[in-house]
Amino acid sequence: MQYIDEYRDRELTELLVKKISEITTSEIRLMEVCGGHTWAIQKFGIPSLLPSNIRLLSGPGCPVCVTSRKYIDQAVAYSRLSDVIITTYGDLIRVPGSSSTLNEETGKGADVRIVYSVLDALKIAKDNPSKKIVFLGIGFETTAPASAAGVLNAVKEGINNFYLFSSHKLMPPALNALIDEGVKIHGYIAPGHVSTITGSKIYEEIPPKYGIGCVVAGFEPVDILQSIYMLVKQVHEKDFRVEIQYKRVVSREGNLKAQAVLNEVFSLRDDWWRGLGVLKESGMCVSEKYSIYDAEKMIPVEVEETREDKGCICGEILKGIKTPKECKLFGKICTPANPVGACMVSSEGACSAHYKFNR
Amino acid sequence: MMGKNILLGHGSGGKLSHDLIGSLFVKYFDNPVLKAQTDSALLELESSSVAFTTDSYVVDPIFFPGGNIGKLAICGTVNDLAVSGAKPLYISSAFIIEEGFPLEDLERIVAAMADEAKKAGVLIVTGDTKVVNKGQCDKIFINSSGIGVLETKFKHISTGEKIVAGDRIIINGTIADHGMAIMASRNFVNFRTEINSDCAPLNHMIRQILDAGCEIKFMRDATRGGIATVLCELAENKNLGISINELSVKVNEPVRGMCELLGFDPFYVANEGKVIMVVAEKDAAKAVEILKKNEYGKDASIIGEITGSHPGKTVLVTEIGGKRIIDMLAGEQLPRIC
Repeated sequence: MQYIDEYRDRELTELLVKKISEITTSEIRLMEVCGGHTWAIQKFGIPSLLPSNIRLLSGPGCPVCVTSRKYIDQAVAYSRLSDVIITTYGDLIRVPGSSSTLNEETGKGADVRIVYSVLDALKIAKDNPSKKIVFLGIGFETTAPASAAGVLNAVKEGINNFYLFSSHKLMPPALNALIDEGVKIHGYIAPGHVSTITGSKIYEEIPPKYGIGCVVAGFEPVDILQSIYMLVKQVHEKDFRVEIQYKRVVSREGNLKAQAVLNEVFSLRDDWWRGLGVLKESGMCVSEKYSIYDAEKMIPVEVEETREDKGCICGEILKGIKTPKECKLFGKICTPANPVGACMVSSEGACSAHYKFNR
Repeated sequence: MMGKNILLGHGSGGKLSHDLIGSLFVKYFDNPVLKAQTDSALLELESSSVAFTTDSYVVDPIFFPGGNIGKLAICGTVNDLAVSGAKPLYISSAFIIEEGFPLEDLERIVAAMADEAKKAGVLIVTGDTKVVNKGQCDKIFINSSGIGVLETKFKHISTGEKIVAGDRIIINGTIADHGMAIMASRNFVNFRTEINSDCAPLNHMIRQILDAGCEIKFMRDATRGGIATVLCELAENKNLGISINELSVKVNEPVRGMCELLGFDPFYVANEGKVIMVVAEKDAAKAVEILKKNEYGKDASIIGEITGSHPGKTVLVTEIGGKRIIDMLAGEQLPRIC
């Protein structure tokens, strides 16, 4: 595959590993923020190649993992309404709410459909005019523009039975909060696809403020190893700044059109993150102008009281304070087949990736 | 033939059933055992050691690039027998059909079954047809059982009891073709691809290896759950260490591309014409040579080996040279969000 195989080259990989080992032997802790990175790092077995002084920690960038249980409970409540069809990206259907999952509700007769694009949800809306189509909008700046475009397309095509239930979140508040909370790292392997939309400029206050490095990374093994190399070099030379490794996709300014769509459809609100709590202006909700497409405003529903699981340390894992193996539920009570915490559900979740590839 | 669609009466046991059996099943499956139309098929077997298997087929869509539900039923049953070291001989086929199903489609399915049975050298000797009300099943389901005879010297193959460290692991070609052909032909993913299912009867190819005297320690067809599931089950059940080299596992380019795009791992995607073999080290190269001469084994390769280390675990040496575990899949593979 063009543009993929080049970045999985074994010789290049070995060269990068060698160069990383040559810079320093002191311990360097780097956090990969994005779940896509966590997954790729484990899938390609990157930790087994790195010298032992380089430690990779998984951060809060798996959208499924940071989504609040309350959101799942509300999605489950929507799915129980007879006139609602839930449309969602795949991972979410297995995330446990307080007493059920969307998957379980399907077994009881709920209409929950996995889609690959919000456009599929719009088509379902057109094909089912007597139903309310609720699209579960989760994810960061990467997936949010598609949800926003869904709303704008609904306006354009006069579709009035499409509703966005937004849990979209912004990356920078979480990156700041982690360091403020005392997480000790030397640098961020910053999410490449978020930055495709936002540009690398959103991280620019991090290096001077916290004295850590920041490299926007691609998702193939050579991308990740080159980013690690760049960060280790920054740390060793104490020259902390934002660099872009993923230059074939990411620019400083980002995708201005997508940013405009985000600003048009969403407004900011304080939002709850698993492990981090409420972060100021970190969530995106449907703005007043488009409120007739906002599931929260237009579809009243009674939601059960949210209960969190005791013993689950997803919160600390998402902050990189603990590793999945330090959780007493990991691999015993909490497995991919029977997940307790959200980190075990999504294939991008730190616990799931560790369980699957590195147990 | 009568009418254009299946009616409830076709499953009633009356005249319509009788006509359907005569004009379709007996016509296509054409063999003396079936023609006798006895309540049970009466069979002569050359050995008292018998392998017996059953499977139900509910694939959606029923027609897909490279096959259909009927071809799948015959190949699946034949392969289950063949990988046990048995010689497949007789097959049953029971249909559950939704009222209104086009007879033309049924004929295509039955013709494919007859065709595959002929290729595999097995006889379809008994069957059944039930018709259910519209909406009570999805178009057509097929249950197929099969029996084959098993020579004593091959009895260890299905249990894998003779496997030792150093044995090689072989597969007869590319992986994930069937699962991705099905995904691509489902309506919700709007892909135009040239991915064909690998659905094929493997019994003759397997027989060639056995007849050549290659010391085969274990065989399993890598269907649902893909090769990862077969390898993990083998490692766990027998407490064996397995090491797989990712670069030796071949995946067709369109399949790789589609897996990348949808976030699927080809190791977990279904095959319908692939067998994982554990072969004594001394015979591994010879087995691959024989496989490569067969139309269903052209891309055969050694993909790994049984090791003395990490018992119970399957370790993959990734394409970049890293190491990681291959584990059993929990539930269905779900597309990743970003």
